Amino acid sequence: MKVAKRTFDAVIVGAGGAGLRAALQLSESGMKTAVLTKVFPTRSHTVAAQGGVAASLGNSTEDNWHWHMYDTVKGSDWLGDQDAIEFMCKKANEVVVELEHYGMPFDRTDDGKIYQRPFGGHSMNYGQAPVMRSCAAADRTGHAMLHALYQRNVRANTQFFVEWMALDLIRDADGDVLGVTAMEMETGEVSIFHAKATIFATGGAGRIYFSSTNAFINTGDGVGMAARAGVPLEDMEFWQFHPTGVAGAGVLITEGVRGEGGILRNSSGERFMERYAPNLKDLASRDVVSRAMTTEINEGRGCGPDKDHVLLDITHLAPENIMKRLPGIREISIQFAGIDPIKAPIPVVPTCHYQMGGIPTNYKGQVVVPQGDNNNVPVRGFYAAGECACASVHGANRLGTNSLLDLLVFGKSAGETVVEDFEAGNLSLKPLPDDAADVSLARLARLENQTNGESVHEVRLAMQRTMQKHAGVFRFNDLLKEGVEAIKAVAERAKNTEIGDKSKVWNTARMEALELDNLIEVAKATMISAEARKESRGAHVRDDALDNAETPNGRDDANWLKHTLWYSEGNRLAYKPVNLKPMSDDVEPIALAKRTY
Amino acid sequence: MTKRTVQFKIYRYDPDKDDKPYMQDISVELEASDKKLLDAITRLKVKDDTLSFRRSCREGVCGSDAMNINGKNGLACLTDVDSLQQPITLRPLPGLPVIRDLVVDMTQFFKQYHSITPYLINNEPAPERERLQTPEEREELNGLYECILCACCSTSCPSFWWNPDKFVGPAGLLAAYRFIADTRDQATSERLDNLEDPYRLFRCHTIMNCVDVCPKSLNPTRAIGKIKDMMLRRAI
Ligand SMILES: Cc1cc2nc3c(=O)[nH]c(=O)nc-3n(C[C@H](O)[C@H](O)[C@H](O)COP(=O)(O)OP(=O)(O)OC[C@H]3O[C@@H](n4cnc5c(N)ncnc54)[C@H](O)[C@@H]3O)c2cc1C
Ligand code: SF4
Ligand code: SF4
Ligand code: FES
Repeated sequence: MKVAKRTFDAVIVGAGGAGLRAALQLSESGMKTAVLTKVFPTRSHTVAAQGGVAASLGNSTEDNWHWHMYDTVKGSDWLGDQDAIEFMCKKANEVVVELEHYGMPFDRTDDGKIYQRPFGGHSMNYGQAPVMRSCAAADRTGHAMLHALYQRNVRANTQFFVEWMALDLIRDADGDVLGVTAMEMETGEVSIFHAKATIFATGGAGRIYFSSTNAFINTGDGVGMAARAGVPLEDMEFWQFHPTGVAGAGVLITEGVRGEGGILRNSSGERFMERYAPNLKDLASRDVVSRAMTTEINEGRGCGPDKDHVLLDITHLAPENIMKRLPGIREISIQFAGIDPIKAPIPVVPTCHYQMGGIPTNYKGQVVVPQGDNNNVPVRGFYAAGECACASVHGANRLGTNSLLDLLVFGKSAGETVVEDFEAGNLSLKPLPDDAADVSLARLARLENQTNGESVHEVRLAMQRTMQKHAGVFRFNDLLKEGVEAIKAVAERAKNTEIGDKSKVWNTARMEALELDNLIEVAKATMISAEARKESRGAHVRDDALDNAETPNGRDDANWLKHTLWYSEGNRLAYKPVNLKPMSDDVEPIALAKRTY
Repeated sequence: MTKRTVQFKIYRYDPDKDDKPYMQDISVELEASDKKLLDAITRLKVKDDTLSFRRSCREGVCGSDAMNINGKNGLACLTDVDSLQQPITLRPLPGLPVIRDLVVDMTQFFKQYHSITPYLINNEPAPERERLQTPEEREELNGLYECILCACCSTSCPSFWWNPDKFVGPAGLLAAYRFIADTRDQATSERLDNLEDPYRLFRCHTIMNCVDVCPKSLNPTRAIGKIKDMMLRRAI
C-alpha cells in the first residue's frame, strides 16, 4: 500500500475538550497544526458531560483553591500528585473565565455571574459542608463547552482532519516521537503525519466494560497506541463507577441531580446514604456512593422485580426547577427509563464511567517515563492531556467536575509547553525511520487476509463481560487472579479477529477491529494492575484488604502509596512514588488521613 | 419487551463494489434489551458487518446517527424501534451526497454553519472575571445553544435541497440567531449584513419541516422569523 506523508509542526490526535483546548494554543501561536479526529469535533464524548466544571469562583458560597485542592487530594485517596493538583486548582478560575469569554452559555446567578451548584466530594472549609463549585450550563455543560471550544477554533482557523483515525505512534531508535500513522475513513488510505510534536487527547476507554456511560467511540485509542509503542500506562486499576447510570441502559444521570437535591433510596424508601456518609450523605465521593449502593443491592434492599437497582428521587423538587436546571436529565429519563422524574423516581445502578489512569504526564503535559533512576523523564516530542492522560490529578478516585477542568487546564498547559519548546527551538523534525508505517500496514494486512477468525463483536463481548465480572465495583482476590488469565486468553483471541467487510470506503467493521486492539491493551493493563495492588484505595476495593487499625479503609500506605506503571511488553509492572509535595510554598502538603465523608 | 424479529428495508451503496444503490431486505432478531433503532441496527451489524452508519453517544447529544427513518429524518438512538411500522425503511439523509450506505457527506452542511461566523465576537478587552449576563438575558439562548448539528432539519428542508450552496438552512440560521441573541456578542449588524441576500436567509418559506423533525425540539423557524423581523426593523 502506498503511504502518503504529511508534515506539520504539531499534530494533535483528538478534538474533544482537551484536544480543542490544546489546539487553540497552537493555532493562535501560528504553528502549523493538524488536529485528527475520528468524529466531527462536536461529536466527541465531551459533548455528553452534564453536571459542570469545577472552579472556586465563589459566586454563591465562599470558596478558594485551597479547599478545592484539599477535596481533590482527599478524593484521590492521596494517590494524586500534589504538585499537579495545586496547579489545576489554582488555574481553575482563569480557564473557566476564559471559556466564558469564548462564549460558553453558562447559567447565571441573579447578579449575572456564572451559576454554580454543589457536587459530590466538593466541600467548604476542609470537608465541613457542601460548597457550590460546579460551574454549569443547565445539565448540558459538556455540550456547551465543546461547542464553545470548537467555535473558538473556527475563529482561530485550526486545521482539522475529520474522520481520520490515528492507528499507531511513530517512534525512532532514540525513542523520540515523530508523529502518527492515520487512516482516512472516506478512502481507507493510510498517511503518515510527521511532526515535531505530537499531542494525544483521545479520551477514555470506558467501553472495556459491558455496562458503561461512555460512547461507542471511547475505545482508548491513544492509550493503546502508547502502550504498543512501549510507553507504560499509569494507575490503570482505577476506574470510576458512577453511582447513577440508568439501570439497563447505562446512560448517565449527572451527580448534579443530587447537587440540586436528589436523594437515593432503597426498596424500603430509606435514604440509605445517611448511614454511609453522615456529613455529605448523597453528595459523598463517587466511589463511596457506588459501594454503598452495591452493598444495599447485595444485601437484598434493591428495587424492582429483580432487586437489582436503587432509586434516585427528585419528585420532591419543584417541577419548574427540574425543567430549568435538569432538562436534559428529564429527557434522558423519559427516553431511556420510560419515566418522568417529576412524577416518579429514576432506577439507577453504578456504571463504569471514567478512567483515572492513563499515559503518564507531568503538569506541563509532557509524557514522562522512567529512565535510570529518574522516574519522570520526558519523551521527546510526546505530550498528552485529558482523560487519556494521567497527570495525576485524580489519583484513585476523581471528583465530579474535575475532569472538564482537567481538559481545560492540561489541554492549555500541553499546548503552552509545545509552543514554548517550539519557539525555543527545542523541537526538530527528525528523519522518519524507513519502517515508520510498517506496524500499521501489518495490522491492516492481517485483517485483510485473516481467515477462520472470530468476529470482532464476539471477542469484544468476551472482553467486556470479563472486565465486568472480574474487575467491578468490589474486587475479589480469586476473581482477580482468574481475571488475569481470562483477559490474557481474550487478548489472544483478539489477534485473530476477522471482518466480512473488505471495502476501502467508510469501513466501520475495520475501524471496530482496530479499536478492539486498543481496548485490549487497556483491559490487560487494568486487570493486571488491579490484581497486583493488594490494598483498597479509592475506586479499587478488594475483599482481602478491609478496614482495620493499621490500614484504615483497607488502605496500606506503608506498601502501596505508589503509582502503578504497566508495560504491554511481557505485562511487566513497575512502580513510582506519589508526589506528596505541592508545587509552591503557598500551601502545606495535605497530610495522609483516613477518608470519611 | 421480549425477543422479536423486525424487518428492514435499507438503502445500501458501497462505491467500492456497487454500480448503483439498492434497497436491501433484511430481518434481525432483537434481544429484549434492544429498545432503540440504534440498538436494532447495531444488532443487525453483528449479522452483516458491511452495513455502515455513524454513531457515537447513543443518547441523542452527539448528532452522529441522523438518518431518514420511514420517510422522516430522526436520530436512530432516540427512536423506539417498536414504534416503527415494518418493514422499517432506512435511507441516508436526503439531499446530501452519499458516501456509503447511511453515511452522507456533510461538507455542504458544515460549510453553511461555518458561513455565519459561528463564534462569539466581542472586541473589548477581556475583563478579569466573567462578563455579566442576567438570568433573563441568558434565557434568550435557550432553544438555540442546544443544537447538536445533526442536520435532520436542513436535510428535510426543500429550500436547502434546491440551494444547498446558497441557502444557509435552518441549522445555520438557528446558530446565527444564537449569537445575535447573546448580549455578550457585539456583531449583530455584521451578522445581519451577512444574511442580507435573496438566498442566504430569504429562501426560507416557512414550510416548518425543520421544526417537525428536530430531535432536540428546537424551533429554527422561530429563530429565522426573529432574524427577518430584525432585518425589517433596521430597514425602516
Ligand atoms: C456521560 C458523561 C458525563 C460526564 N459529565 C462530566 C461532568 O459533568 N463534569 C466533568 O468534569 N466530567 C464529566 N465527565 C467526564 C468528562 O466528560 C470526560 O472525561 C472528558 O470529556 C474527556 O474529554 P477528552 O477531551 O479527554 O476526550 P473526548 O471528549 O472523549 O475526545 C476524544 C477525542 O479523540 C478522538 N479520537 C479518539 N481516538 C482517535 C483516533 N484513533 N484517531 C483520531 N481521533 C481519535 C475522538 O474523535 C475525540 O475527538 C463525563 C463523562 C461522561 C461519559
Ligand atoms: S421553515 Fe424554512 S428552514 Fe424550515 S424547513 Fe421550511 S423553508 Fe426550510
Ligand atoms: S436544529 Fe435540531 S435538527 Fe437542526 S441540526 Fe440542530 S439539533 Fe439537529
Ligand atoms: S449516537 Fe449520538 S446522537 Fe445518536
